Amino acid sequence: MRVVIAKPGLDGHDRGAKVIARALRDGGHDVIYTGLRKTPSDIVRIVNDEDAEVLGLSTLSGAHDSLIPKICDDLREDGLGNVIVFAGGIIPKRDLELLYKSGVRAVFGPGTPTSDVLDFLEEALLRKQNKHPIGVGDDLGWHWN
Amino acid sequence: MALELSNISELLELAISGDRRSLSRLMTKIAESPQVPQFQSESSWTLGVTGPPGAGKSTLIGQMVKHWVSAGESVAVLALDPTSPISGGSFLADRIRMEGVDLGETVFVRSIASGNSPGGISPYIWPMCQALSLCGWTRIVVETVGTGQSEFRIAALVDRLLLVDGPDRGDIIQAEKAGILELADVIAINKSDLPGAVSSAQSIRTSLALSGDDSREVLLVSALEGEGVEKLISTIESCEPRSERNEMIMRERLISEWDSLLVNHPEIDEIIAKLCIGSITVNEAIHILNSSIVQSRE
Repeated sequence: MRVVIAKPGLDGHDRGAKVIARALRDGGHDVIYTGLRKTPSDIVRIVNDEDAEVLGLSTLSGAHDSLIPKICDDLREDGLGNVIVFAGGIIPKRDLELLYKSGVRAVFGPGTPTSDVLDFLEEALLRKQNKHPIGVGDDLGWHWN
Repeated sequence: MALELSNISELLELAISGDRRSLSRLMTKIAESPQVPQFQSESSWTLGVTGPPGAGKSTLIGQMVKHWVSAGESVAVLALDPTSPISGGSFLADRIRMEGVDLGETVFVRSIASGNSPGGISPYIWPMCQALSLCGWTRIVVETVGTGQSEFRIAALVDRLLLVDGPDRGDIIQAEKAGILELADVIAINKSDLPGAVSSAQSIRTSLALSGDDSREVLLVSALEGEGVEKLISTIESCEPRSERNEMIMRERLISEWDSLLVNHPEIDEIIAKLCIGSITVNEAIHILNSSIVQSRE
């Protein structure tokens, strides 16, 4: 699948994002990495132009609770509701519900084995093929973890 | 097959009318099409950018995009990166280098994995360029992987070719560069702020002069510092596409599509396995593939 890995906000640490990006490549996906400090509208435009099926958002700055829901809203508004969104980085457990309610389908914290992310994508693809809700604009409720 | 085509022409119409989502979907549909689609485009302006990995192609393209956008052009970039032969996946990171480029309405960047196309240039690049041109993009840039055959293949697909190299790696440069130096319309030595850049440009000029060709300029640029970019653009804009290009274009296009048919043949793995155990000869393999390719296109 075509996956965009994006770094929204101002944090400058992308080792984790790059590790995930490479793991996804090794898992056979085509991965587009956006680089650092992207705004929500940058990210949505990139997802559109690259016709990505999946968007992975990496944040370590604590801005996840404002930026991630915004990005999910913007995706829906721009006709990109079929995009599958997952998140990673430093995201406290208490904020997971908020993210799930925004349309995020999985959150991977530090130390997640990369195989987990690959397994999630496999499951997500199956759901997509079977027309089960998985996109950011589909019925919420299902999430991986 | 007919359904695919009608999807593509519907998407093309919407894309021409300015719908960006359709443009993006169109690119995907072209790349997934079982047969290479054909478009009729009156005129297109395409630039291929090639050169070894690490020369700074993407950064330089980013600078060129900025210049073009401020001059009122609308620029599309197809940035190619290699597909891993082991996993089949790819890490497409060229667009990072175009940091600071205003990702506005007049810039469209698409990252493309080379796939298993021999030579690293998928036969779908050509129809993508045609479609972009029909949609009104006035500058279309194709950035190659920069290794092996991709340098030559790209020369056949674009109006003009820019070769980007870095500071001097010694006299070896001349031997390595035979071939691509003949194909390039403009040559730029990037990282002009680093030692060796000036002598690198000089050694290429000497090499060109020796072969009696001193019509082409070798320019010094620094993509990072933004130096020399205006001159580079005006040189590119003013160069005439080569006349002997047409035969070369057709040859490369034919080879490209032929190779693609071979590599994507549904029985190819089976045939290779049989070759390995010796149950068929290479000639027999060619015969099998040839007749089934002909059948499938009828």
